Amino acid sequence: MGRTVIPIGPYHPLQEEPEFFTLTVEGETVVDIDVRIGYNHRGIEKLSESKTFENSTFVVERICGICSTSHPFAYTRAVEDIFPMEVPVRAKYIRTIIAEAERIHSHLLWLGLAGHFLGYNTVYMWAWKLREEILDVMEILSGNRNNYAMFKPGGVRRDIKKEDIPVCLKKIDSILPTLDMLKKAVLDDPVLHARLKGVGVLTYQEAIEFSALGPTSRASGVARDVRKDSPYGAYREMEWEMIVTGNGDVFDKAVIRILEMFESVKILKYCLNRLPEGEIDANIEDVPPGEGIGHIEAPRGETFHFVKSDGTNRPLRHKVRAPTFMNLPTYKATVKGETISDATIILAAIDPCYCCTERLAVKDTKGKMLYDGTDLVRLSREKTERLKRRMGIR
Amino acid sequence: MSLKLKALLKSPWVFHLSTGSCNNCDIEILDCLTPRFDIERFGMLLAGSIKHADVLLVTGSCNRMSVERMKELWEQVPKPCLVVAVGTCTASRGIFKDSYNCPVPLDKIIPVDVYIPGCPPKPEAIIAGVVKLIEKVGSGND
Amino acid sequence: MTREEVLLDFTSRFNDDIIDYYDKSGSRLYVTIKPESIVGIGTYLFRNMGARFNIASATDLPPNIEILYHFIVEDVNLIISLRVFLDRENPVVDSLAREIEACNWIEREMSELLGITFTGHPDPRRLLLADNWPECVYPLRQDYEEWDESADRTRGI
Repeated sequence: MGRTVIPIGPYHPLQEEPEFFTLTVEGETVVDIDVRIGYNHRGIEKLSESKTFENSTFVVERICGICSTSHPFAYTRAVEDIFPMEVPVRAKYIRTIIAEAERIHSHLLWLGLAGHFLGYNTVYMWAWKLREEILDVMEILSGNRNNYAMFKPGGVRRDIKKEDIPVCLKKIDSILPTLDMLKKAVLDDPVLHARLKGVGVLTYQEAIEFSALGPTSRASGVARDVRKDSPYGAYREMEWEMIVTGNGDVFDKAVIRILEMFESVKILKYCLNRLPEGEIDANIEDVPPGEGIGHIEAPRGETFHFVKSDGTNRPLRHKVRAPTFMNLPTYKATVKGETISDATIILAAIDPCYCCTERLAVKDTKGKMLYDGTDLVRLSREKTERLKRRMGIR
Repeated sequence: MSLKLKALLKSPWVFHLSTGSCNNCDIEILDCLTPRFDIERFGMLLAGSIKHADVLLVTGSCNRMSVERMKELWEQVPKPCLVVAVGTCTASRGIFKDSYNCPVPLDKIIPVDVYIPGCPPKPEAIIAGVVKLIEKVGSGND
Repeated sequence: MTREEVLLDFTSRFNDDIIDYYDKSGSRLYVTIKPESIVGIGTYLFRNMGARFNIASATDLPPNIEILYHFIVEDVNLIISLRVFLDRENPVVDSLAREIEACNWIEREMSELLGITFTGHPDPRRLLLADNWPECVYPLRQDYEEWDESADRTRGI
């Protein structure tokens, strides 16, 4: 059978960020896939070397809008690891609160987009409506919906006011019924089972091989979570579960994200209820020469920062590794052999974040173009519709 | 005002173009479409293809690779087309001014009609920006 | 295995390859090794000790270029960073990507941003920089200077 090359991107409605995929297909089946990134590369690692240790926090915050806690968190931990030193307990709790709230909003965002790709626009709207409540909590706690500017090496920049806590707890409680409904809607829906089970499987061995991270690895049965493996912040203090499933398909990746939100709510409520008194900043002065590594569990997996200091007030080298950098290459294992209509959701299932990947970091083809991004989303939706008809669901 | 422009302002379809942004502005633009803000009430719709678009929403700090694509897209877009620069990055490149991969600011590449500053601008600010654009073009003080 | 057993196993097995050894804290270990033994040690860590490949970070430290390969042994919460020094004029090292798939992208990235040659890399294409970026200009080197004459750096916030 003849082979056809389908270009996707760099600008198409499949994802809000630019990236360029080339799918090679035989009939309906994808036989090869390649990606060209670099549309988001901004040279953050170099920029960070020209900023002071404190100012770099703001630069890394702008690596990614969805992970605007993860990067400062990992970065501040890397700077603190140069000493090495511990931050005050209250600061640890505040950091944990912000990080978990971010996890909920990131997972809701993904759930909405995944629903959108599958033709479940109701899920998209519900999930994003819920997300607003979490963003409100963020606004109360930090003063901004995104880019919170809460972190600094040695502690946090801003305290949580006592009178804000009940308001936040109420908001968090208010999302639980809808979250529960969404969970049931996804887990018990026969169409979604038929549509997503066994699609885009990443096996246990492949997850090890690619060093996959976060929900992508946990869906394949690799119990890997920095919060458990090397506890930081306040995660040691409370009981919570690491969600691990074994099938490695898109369905399991969705299940993990949904169940993780409930764990995050649990952690968030624990921390808000038991926020200890005390200092919020260790007031560090000069950073000694040396090297530091900070790694934390971002919504998509482990974020890793490496900072090298030569005793001046600027980092000599700052290396950023976002989780998608390790997760994205798994497309080599998951997309091949699947149909074009499933390619969209498989690529979306790792929750790719290109601005992170390239931190430092509708092509007009002259030839015949078969599908563009819109068509791919349409194909994906049509498949859902076909399944619905076959199963006798309206 | 030409008929084309008048029709455009009635229900502007927007195409969203990210030129190496941090995703925040892009997410806030998507946020405008979701229930709390619901910009579709005013007839604004996110278009899937540049060829259906009346307004170009640009985010990000114009990195080398995406600028090439942006120029191509700017040639393809049916004129008249209005350009809205969302976020501080598009206005001045913000903290990315000295980055080796972000050489030229947006308005040196394509003409910009409205700037919406903020990092990221809140959805309310984006809506207000688009309203200002409509007022500006509608009153003819171009 | 406990942390001590991991350390003992590692140091006794690669005694000849290790130049220097720095036990920074409970969960951080920096080991300077000979550049030619990186593939052997890296593969052993990954395959036999069940370590996960975190990332590699290269730094320009004239007259050398230093690469740190970070591996984490999750069971004992230990990050082992293998340090190799390369000659800055001609930085060449064997590619780990043939053995460990996870090293593929980062080696591509290091070779374009710092100009390190990885011999035997399966896919040595450009990853991040634009196609019109000039050859032999490496942005993360200390002596990088602006090459683009059209660049406008006059405006800031």
